[in-house]
Amino acid sequence: METILAATVAVFFAVSIYLMLSKHIIRILLGVAIFSNAVNLTIFTAGRVVREVPPIIPEGLDTPDRITANPLPQALILTAIVISFSIFAFLLVLAFRAYQELGTDDTDGMRVAEPEGEALPPLGY
Amino acid sequence: MAIEPGQAVDLSGAMVLAPATPADWLVVGPVAIPIVTGAILLMVRHETRLHAGLAVAGLLAALLCNIGLLARVLDQGPLVMTMGRWLPPFGISFAADALGASLALVATLVAVVCALFATADIGAVGRRYGFYPFMMLMMAGVGGSFLTGDIFNLYVWFEVFLISSFGLLVLGSQHKQLDGATKYAILNLVGTTLFLTATALLYGTFGTLNMADIARKADGLRENAPLTTLAVLYLLAFGMKAAAFPVNFWLPASYHTPRIVTAALFGGVLTKVGVYALLRTLVMLFPPELELLSGLIAWVAAATMVIGIMGALAQTDLRRVLGFVVISGVGVMLAGLALGTSEGLAGTVFYAFHSMIVMTALYLLAGVMNGLGGSYSLSKLSGLYASNPLVAAFALLLMLAAAGLPPASGLWPKVMLVRASLDSGQPWLAFAILATGFLTTLALGRVFILTIWRPRVVAGPETPASPYLGYVALAVLSLPVVVMGLYPDPVISVAERAASAILDAPAYIGTVFPEGAAQ
Repeated sequence: METILAATVAVFFAVSIYLMLSKHIIRILLGVAIFSNAVNLTIFTAGRVVREVPPIIPEGLDTPDRITANPLPQALILTAIVISFSIFAFLLVLAFRAYQELGTDDTDGMRVAEPEGEALPPLGY
Repeated sequence: MAIEPGQAVDLSGAMVLAPATPADWLVVGPVAIPIVTGAILLMVRHETRLHAGLAVAGLLAALLCNIGLLARVLDQGPLVMTMGRWLPPFGISFAADALGASLALVATLVAVVCALFATADIGAVGRRYGFYPFMMLMMAGVGGSFLTGDIFNLYVWFEVFLISSFGLLVLGSQHKQLDGATKYAILNLVGTTLFLTATALLYGTFGTLNMADIARKADGLRENAPLTTLAVLYLLAFGMKAAAFPVNFWLPASYHTPRIVTAALFGGVLTKVGVYALLRTLVMLFPPELELLSGLIAWVAAATMVIGIMGALAQTDLRRVLGFVVISGVGVMLAGLALGTSEGLAGTVFYAFHSMIVMTALYLLAGVMNGLGGSYSLSKLSGLYASNPLVAAFALLLMLAAAGLPPASGLWPKVMLVRASLDSGQPWLAFAILATGFLTTLALGRVFILTIWRPRVVAGPETPASPYLGYVALAVLSLPVVVMGLYPDPVISVAERAASAILDAPAYIGTVFPEGAAQ
């Protein structure tokens, strides 16, 4: 199971990096969304994947007697999902507003903050 | 020990049973006070008249708390408080050592001055859109990053200040801001996601997130765990946050677009959080891996400082000049990390104090100059010496400080870093630091000549903005610049304590785990 998940994570990272190398904001955003899901799956896999074994310590023992999935990474994923979801929502709105105002989602064309062909600074007076 | 059904489980062995002492509250104060103030500001968001006063009061309270914390840490060593009463590594620990406490203090000082300056710079509309709540929450995130002792918690604080900084950056919604904020937001989100990736792999390897616990387990795992991979991922992620070459291009694309007080706060504080996280992870958690990477970091440091300052030489906009000066300062700080010696790291910490104060002051100075001259463009802004000699005095002092010339504070950290590079047999790194100082003198000297000395070439605004609040802010920030320049000994000793706090991991581990530090 871990092997399959590890392979999935690898595919996710590859796809997301490919998308983030695009010039178009919308593809970059899709890449960012897949990127954060790749990380969530990494955390999930790092905590062992075991089916149907509750992480409960039986009576009279100090540690679980069988291999169980670690519940902590799943709590970490919840935190990470909430954070990445809210930031992604913000990014979507920001990208849409930028597209409306600047008229392009091509990063090469988004040169309002750093205009091309700016005059050189004066050399003296 | 068998537990009968219905019998209460004795958890005393896993919990902190002593009640929290006043000193414990000092550790959370620098984070809790800004959060609470931010929440209050949200509740009174319609009463924009109250915002400035509440924010300044909240930040002053946080500043007092930070002073108390630093005094206590310098007096009695690191201070630890664990949340929810679960003993570390199960509860999330806040662990303030000399490095975190001193950086949190300087960051809060800078924020107080910015909040004061913003009373004139941010009008009712900006307040209505939440300038002050965003600022308070951002400072809570920054304080939390400096003080936390848990690496996942560090990630959460990074996200807290990141999303607040988005809010500050787009405040005003000009075209330029939307453009700059898009690039800033996407690249910084990728940076923090890389940080999360590294943390996921770290948890898979170590099974713990408490930094002291990681530090004490690292030696046992070094044989067969890919710790170098983790160190490289942290270097890339925090290098992005710190704006190190070649992952620095988000900074000059965005830092000149927001209101000047936002730019001042960002330029002063945010990149240093990245440098702090690099120090914390690489020096304290992965020292052998740092040694392995030190050659790479030295090249990154030299490239960041030289290419950064060359960017400053080529700019027309005053704020963009300052953005590139921030980047070159990050390169100087990374030089100490590359050396990894006690003196080099102390130089880095001192430079971080100096850079936070001076970069904020330079951005605020740019704001004052824009208010008087009506432009940020070097081809228009001129004639300020004739109209406002006091601005010229502040400009001269702060530019000397940024270039590392006496009598200002930039001299001593550069002396420490140059000496440390020569001692470690890397004279080329010392040369890079000195060359950067020379190029900074040129870049800022050119700004000084064009904006201050040059007779007015374009008529300024008919009613120049009143600079008096700006003078107060600049005076408050110039005071530590001069004092650190003339009497550097106390600051050097704090910086040395901060460097030894991260170099001496066993002492840190011992304060988080009072029994069992030897495990």
